[in-house]
Amino acid sequence: MGILPLHAGRWLLCLATVLAIGLLAVACGSDDESETTDGAATSPAAGSASGAASAKTTVIGFLYVGAVDDGGYNQAAYQGQLAVEKLPNVKAIKAENVPESAEAERVMEQMIQQGATIIFPTSFGHLDPAIKVGEKYPNVTFLHQGGLKTAKNVGTYFGASWEANYLAGIAAGKATKSNKLGYVVAFPISQTLLNINAFELGAKSVNAAATTTVVFTANWCDPAKISESVKNLKAQGVDVLNQHQDCPGAGIQAAEKAGMFSVGYHVDGSKLAPNGWLTAATWDWAKLFVDLVNQVRGGTYKVSQVRLSMADGAVKLAPFGKAVPKDVRDQIAATQAKLLSGQLQIFAGPIKDQSGAERIAAGAKQPEVTSLEQMNYLVEGVIGKIPN
Amino acid sequence: MTVATQARARLRGQPPRSGWLVGRGAVLRFGMAVTVAMVAFGLVLLSESTNPLGTLRVMWDASVGTEFGRTEVLVKVIPFGLCALAVAVPARVGLINVGGEGQFYVGAWAAAGAVLYSGLPGWALLPAAFVAGATGGGAWAALVAVLRVKGKVNEAVSSLLLNFVAIQFVNYFVYGPWKDPRGPNWPFSPKFPDAAMLPTVYGDRLSIAIAFVAVGLVAMFLVLRYTRIGYHARVVGGNAVAAERSGIPVGRYLFWALVSGGAIAGLAGMAEVTGIQGRLRPGISVNYGYIGFLAAWLGGHRPLGILFACLLFGAISVGGDSLQLALGLPGSTVNILMALILFAVLAGRKNRTQVRA
Repeated sequence: MGILPLHAGRWLLCLATVLAIGLLAVACGSDDESETTDGAATSPAAGSASGAASAKTTVIGFLYVGAVDDGGYNQAAYQGQLAVEKLPNVKAIKAENVPESAEAERVMEQMIQQGATIIFPTSFGHLDPAIKVGEKYPNVTFLHQGGLKTAKNVGTYFGASWEANYLAGIAAGKATKSNKLGYVVAFPISQTLLNINAFELGAKSVNAAATTTVVFTANWCDPAKISESVKNLKAQGVDVLNQHQDCPGAGIQAAEKAGMFSVGYHVDGSKLAPNGWLTAATWDWAKLFVDLVNQVRGGTYKVSQVRLSMADGAVKLAPFGKAVPKDVRDQIAATQAKLLSGQLQIFAGPIKDQSGAERIAAGAKQPEVTSLEQMNYLVEGVIGKIPN
Repeated sequence: MTVATQARARLRGQPPRSGWLVGRGAVLRFGMAVTVAMVAFGLVLLSESTNPLGTLRVMWDASVGTEFGRTEVLVKVIPFGLCALAVAVPARVGLINVGGEGQFYVGAWAAAGAVLYSGLPGWALLPAAFVAGATGGGAWAALVAVLRVKGKVNEAVSSLLLNFVAIQFVNYFVYGPWKDPRGPNWPFSPKFPDAAMLPTVYGDRLSIAIAFVAVGLVAMFLVLRYTRIGYHARVVGGNAVAAERSGIPVGRYLFWALVSGGAIAGLAGMAEVTGIQGRLRPGISVNYGYIGFLAAWLGGHRPLGILFACLLFGAISVGGDSLQLALGLPGSTVNILMALILFAVLAGRKNRTQVRA
């Protein structure tokens, strides 16, 4: 063995391997780029150049827990970022794959060092890190997506996606042949429980026998786990899939392959399921993000928990698939009209939980959003248990 | 099969055993691996129409060029360094510990348990967490060690597989009995009291745990260089057959080397929850166990080599954020760089197929 610990052949092999991987990454990288560009092209241009904007450039940081082309939650929020970028004198910086831990604190501090004065931590678990960093930087405004508490300079915003899921439940309740619906859910927080419950209530409103079986994956985006859950649901006779995942694409494809109907989430995923696609609850954050940024820049923003609904246009129902017949579409449209006018309240009493106990009394009106967001139970007709 | 023949098999792929602080040829190997990876990464950047040198500059500025960046690099050196020691200590007796990740999680779990549920007074929480963290990580590694010494189960495989068990084990607690009852049904433990947080030595994120790394590296050097235990360990790592024939209890050394490694990784977990996270949650390790493994191999399992490797990976992690923030590159770009270094290290590793006489 020579003094040099290296062998020329070995290094050539190493070099070749590394280069091959590099080239592979190049290929993947270009793919990603084109997808993102596609998404950008379809984003609504909601840049209202109000007089509130100052001449100074405002740096705005966006944190995403996943990739902005995940075909779901982060992509929807990224559309909002793209709308904000169209404002004059705005520079947006983004960080993808930011874990929901103290890691997020570092990323936010780095954004602030780059001059950010407004930060959108867009994932549920980014809230505590935002509050912590906010204490250190009182002049930075944090606008958190989905948070259930606020701090001096940390406000939140979210939307009633459960309204759209109620309507999707109607499509599902009509489409199912086994009367078994499935819901693959990430974490059992109140907002996901609201979606599940509204979906089951919507299905039950047209199909008294419909049940919804819930599976929790404990991860915002784990395509392998989602696909596995879809197979398990299918084996139990479930024929309609709904998901509360950041990246529902894998689940939609798995359901399509298994011959199931699919309700998507966050963005229109109809291309992934030409046969089984029903609809989806989707977000349109553009107007809200632009409004919030303008308020902060104009000095009129007050920390609050902004909650939008279908009536505000922030929550939408994706286009129906061919699996939803005309009469069902009409029925959903009629229900949506009632919902928007306030004539229909999804969580008006009586609402019974899985044990049959009455959680919202008969005759009681639908509780306020803040109180709905404390929901910690599943309604009658949902099968599966909240992990604890 | 005797322990000795097992150990001989172990010697394949064993790290170089000469040189004290940095293995012989390590500097060259280190430089080659990093250079090859950087060049390949440069090609990736070119494909994204980004200037590679400008990128390097941006990463440098963000990690080493600012006070905040330098502090954050050291914040990363804590888990990286301890997890690398957790690999290097067993490596010196010829064992491959891929279980740093799991030992980290169990250490963090045990430390969190000591903080939240021991009922101890405030002043005792941190010492209890320290002991619990080391014990937890050590006990987790002891599973591997027993399997290795008594059952002749390959420690690389068993330690790797136990990582997934450890993560699920911690998940069970944060989703179940230890879930914050006042939280939004979100998987994390209650927040630690202030008394259970490690004091910071610089800024508000760099904790005293950086001293664990320093002490660990120095102790590793001193023990191996100047003590009988260290000498025996080196003999076991160098030639287990010879060690056994000269009366060294090889099994015992293998066992305790793995347990010590586990205890150090457990301390990394303890340092993470009490130093920076302030609570137990899923995903507390951002692959620290695996990056530590990489750092140990890149550093030739020598203290100085490990230190430099950890500083390098710390700088890449911290500078990696700037790839997104300043250059607008996709978030996974930094993972490509890490992976390239991994492959360069593995491919460039000295391959020993024969035991030297």
